[in-house]
Amino acid sequence: MATRSTALEEHPSAQPPGSGRSEERSLLTGSEIVCRALEDEGVETVFGYPGGAVIPLYDALPKAGFHHVLVRFEQWAALAAEGYARATGKPGVCLVTSGPGATNLVTGLADAMLDSIPIIAITGQVIQPLIGRDAFQEVDITGITLPVTKHNYLVNRIEDLAPTIREAFHIATTGRPGPVLIDIPKTLFLQKHPYTPAQTVHRRGYQPTSVPNIRQVRLAANAIATARRPLVMAGHGIMLSGATDLFRQFVEKTGIPVAHTLLGLGSFPESHPLGLGLMGMHGHKHVNDALDECDLLLNIGARFDDRATGQVSGFAPNAFVVHVDVDPAEIGKNVHTDVPVVGDAAEVLRLLIPEVEQEHRDDWLAWIDSRRDRALDEALEERPAWPEPYTIIKAIAEATDGEAVVTTDVGQHQMWAAQHYGFDHPDRWITSGGLGTMGFGLPSAIGAKIGRPDREVWAIIGDGGFQMSCNELATAVQENLDINIAVINNGYLGMVRQWQDLFHAKNYSEVKIGAPDFEKLAEAYGITGITVRTDAEIRPAIDRARAIRGPVLIDFVIEPEANVWPIVPPGAANSGMLHQQRYEG
Amino acid sequence: MKNRHTLSVLVEDHPGVLNRVVSLLRRRSFNIDSITVGHSEQPGVSRMTIVVLGRDQEVEQAGKQLYKLMEVLKVTDVTPLNCIAHELALIKVAAKSQTRSEILQIAQIYNARVVDASPTTLLIEATGPEEQVDGLLNMLKAFGIRELVRTGPVAMMRGTSTVGVKEGPRPDRELAVAGNGTVAISN
Repeated sequence: MATRSTALEEHPSAQPPGSGRSEERSLLTGSEIVCRALEDEGVETVFGYPGGAVIPLYDALPKAGFHHVLVRFEQWAALAAEGYARATGKPGVCLVTSGPGATNLVTGLADAMLDSIPIIAITGQVIQPLIGRDAFQEVDITGITLPVTKHNYLVNRIEDLAPTIREAFHIATTGRPGPVLIDIPKTLFLQKHPYTPAQTVHRRGYQPTSVPNIRQVRLAANAIATARRPLVMAGHGIMLSGATDLFRQFVEKTGIPVAHTLLGLGSFPESHPLGLGLMGMHGHKHVNDALDECDLLLNIGARFDDRATGQVSGFAPNAFVVHVDVDPAEIGKNVHTDVPVVGDAAEVLRLLIPEVEQEHRDDWLAWIDSRRDRALDEALEERPAWPEPYTIIKAIAEATDGEAVVTTDVGQHQMWAAQHYGFDHPDRWITSGGLGTMGFGLPSAIGAKIGRPDREVWAIIGDGGFQMSCNELATAVQENLDINIAVINNGYLGMVRQWQDLFHAKNYSEVKIGAPDFEKLAEAYGITGITVRTDAEIRPAIDRARAIRGPVLIDFVIEPEANVWPIVPPGAANSGMLHQQRYEG
Repeated sequence: MKNRHTLSVLVEDHPGVLNRVVSLLRRRSFNIDSITVGHSEQPGVSRMTIVVLGRDQEVEQAGKQLYKLMEVLKVTDVTPLNCIAHELALIKVAAKSQTRSEILQIAQIYNARVVDASPTTLLIEATGPEEQVDGLLNMLKAFGIRELVRTGPVAMMRGTSTVGVKEGPRPDRELAVAGNGTVAISN
């Protein structure tokens, strides 16, 4: 061996071509490697905020082949990345510094985790010799984010940087998607190493099941063949697997009506005779009635969240349950399942469609239709003088032809939008379903618009949530984004107030929330602000906002104590839902 | 009904893997009775033996959640299987010259051995099923137990069966086919 290596030293030409001096020339800094690896993953946009530990990385950014969007708060970087991912189907990327920069991401990561959104979070870490010494801006972010990421890494060697980034994208985007965090010590950004595009990922412990077991698919088909009142519960998984076309084929062939979960909106057109709309806590009456009545519930890509099921013991009490999910841990977790089908929704539907018969179910559809709550439609026709929330949502839907991307915060306005926009297309409805993150609407709209500049984007937000993230108006202005912001302003933390109204004897504790003049706030940011105080002003304001290029804010001042109807009281079964008796005028 | 379940978990030997496993069980509200970690027959693969208390369905859910960790290669609930589950205990028991021989006799009954002695104590090493160690401790209580450390069980199936993981897809599908029953894993 010794002789051999001596020979090599004496005769450098004996080395393989491409190494040696040319290798030295191709040495990249860790920062450059991160940028190259992101470029190789097809990243076009990164949402971030610089700070001490990532200064060397930011040094390399001007030469990077992607666009960096400077947010105003790290939490919104994660949610903007989510909005981007949800609008484009591609992973979103956010980049922040160590310590507080990293901890500020936590809410966004948890949000992405619960809604299965692929985002990659890159955090700077203090230099390696200081790790574990409570250094300035040091936190154990991999420890902190363990339960809110699909996987996370602390990279310790520069040679691991590129392969880790490759693996992170693979894990974030395959199987059940989710957030992956990569923590990189500052030391690594400064070291040098050759960059080799990373190879295919192979991890023994990560091989998600995509193609289902045909035996299970046939059991599902048998259940469909014998059911008299079948119902599909359509979840987010249908869109995450890009299966909306296959799903429509399946539904039209089997004639099974579709109940949408909150995140399942858009998986099947609501305007279709078989599209029923929202189920669950604020679901439409006829949808929850259908759940009570169905003898087969076919859940495709939903996780039986408690806001969808209500009290589990009273959920779909007469149904044989088939559950299609890419994540085997979801099977039987919340609701007893008779036939589990583990697989990607698209793969399952591809195998299931040939196994099912063409059917029409007129009696069942007529029964469901007979359970519709007509009172609301009648109430809407009354058109009170003030801007009524349902009317606002319907007016936005009408003006945008149902084609806009709609983002929301969390609360009453979110439920009004879910109930009444009427989603006919996938990837248009961007909302924080699982975590229920206030402030989500504006940053996710920014991410969505950057990802899909060709689409009209509306952020429908409450006055509470807007005050959490209105600092992102500056980002929207800096990026000159053509987004419309509709603040549904009731001067209350509306959903909490509604619960206090209905379940706590109107004890309105800490829900009255003041706000600045939003029109003036818009002006301060250099954008157009419009205030709407009457029903007659709704549509003109929407039309004006659509005509203006750049961000526009409309402040819809609504009746302070308007409630979302219907509502399933917390802890009750869906059958125990409360209905609006009469229009609260 | 809640039962004690013994899980054999094969994991990649990466830094932080123990933290991931324990953290997952904690946040899913599992009470860990005991946990042991050590090398397995395969380089780079560690084997954990985790004893948890839970209903069958909850433990099945815990197994599925464990599979979601990238480092977890295989989870087997060996409770219903024909296996040996032994633990090791070190017991420092007070021993006077009058009681020493009696303690030695008791140790002998339980196949335990004395590994150290001092004028006032004996250090006994016991291995075997938990119940056997419990029995020995019960007998020694009267003499005064000065110090005790128990490893919790490690388990292995009898006969030719192994829980070893092969290359290839993980048995998620088989898990799901088993539905809501026990964690039946075959690959």
